[in-house]
Amino acid sequence: MEDLYYLKALKAMLKDEGMTFFSSLNWKNLAGGLKISLPVCLGYFPIGFAYGVMATGVDLSPGQTALMSILVFAGSSQFIAVSMIGEQLPVLTIALTTFLVNLRHLLMSAAISPFLGHLNRLQQALFAHQLTDETFALHSLHFSKEKDPPVLRIITTNMAAHLSWVAGSLAGAWTGSLLTDLEALGLDFTLGAMFIFLLVIQLTTLRYICVAFLSVAASVLLFKFLGGHWYIVISTLFAATAGLFLDKITDTPKLKFKGKG
Amino acid sequence: MTYTNEAVIILILAMAAATYLPRLLPLLLLSRRRLPLSVERWLSYVPVAVLAALLGPILLLPEGSFTLELSPNPYFWAALPTFAAAVYTRNMFITVIAGVVCMALLRLILS
Repeated sequence: MEDLYYLKALKAMLKDEGMTFFSSLNWKNLAGGLKISLPVCLGYFPIGFAYGVMATGVDLSPGQTALMSILVFAGSSQFIAVSMIGEQLPVLTIALTTFLVNLRHLLMSAAISPFLGHLNRLQQALFAHQLTDETFALHSLHFSKEKDPPVLRIITTNMAAHLSWVAGSLAGAWTGSLLTDLEALGLDFTLGAMFIFLLVIQLTTLRYICVAFLSVAASVLLFKFLGGHWYIVISTLFAATAGLFLDKITDTPKLKFKGKG
Repeated sequence: MTYTNEAVIILILAMAAATYLPRLLPLLLLSRRRLPLSVERWLSYVPVAVLAALLGPILLLPEGSFTLELSPNPYFWAALPTFAAAVYTRNMFITVIAGVVCMALLRLILS
């Protein structure tokens, strides 16, 4: 990469930590980040729009609606919060529910952490704020194939996704209920289709396929009989542990080095 | 509306904290640490397990109960060509478009 003159000077000034960001500053990473995030943006805008319409329906102002999308950035929690606001529930109850619904991100944050050691603390703090089910799924697909993924590309992916979420929310809040027939257009399936793709692409070995089937079975049973929002966390714990168990009983030394990724 | 503007702002800040901490803490605590191999392998199963757990109820339990009938559950039937598109094209954009178009067509048939 040819760096601009002043970037070279900046790099010299900033030791180690900042370098990863500056050395990732090029058009390829910017375009790459935008391209990677495109399907998520296409899904987030209409769903954000639906959230904006609902939020207006329970008398949140457009400013409040957008503020929640900027600071919280968690689709399911925001929908739940809006419906709880509609039922006039106490603030603490809503916040606690949000916490429970988002505990699954503990697992995602842990799973993605081995790939992000090269980010400095500020970049990690920013990354964490924009870690959603969808951005996690996108990143985990790419990270498993590369060492030290370029910082600019990661941040661009997240920023584009976040922006489309906020833009969708605002558009929904402003236009109210004008354009709410997302279902007829099939747009409510955007993120589902993306999850399908990201799952398929990661089913590279029989073990992953087994883990996926176990997780589907567990989530369906838990969703049906337990209800609530624990089904994602519990199914993930169960299926990943089963995967490790499969490793233990089928492992040969050769496979050990192929295992990760 | 019974919530004041302040109450809504406090709610949003509380929700932000409740969302941010589970996203931040494992990343901050674990990213610079060399984890034991078995932990890393366990974590490598998490993406697949999470995606499957998210998809299971979406595709099999529309409105909370199991059915594969087209009218309450077009998701399952739209998912089949979407899976095929993912397997054959390995292209996310084409897969998403295929899924959305199938869903729109199914809704058109149902309406």
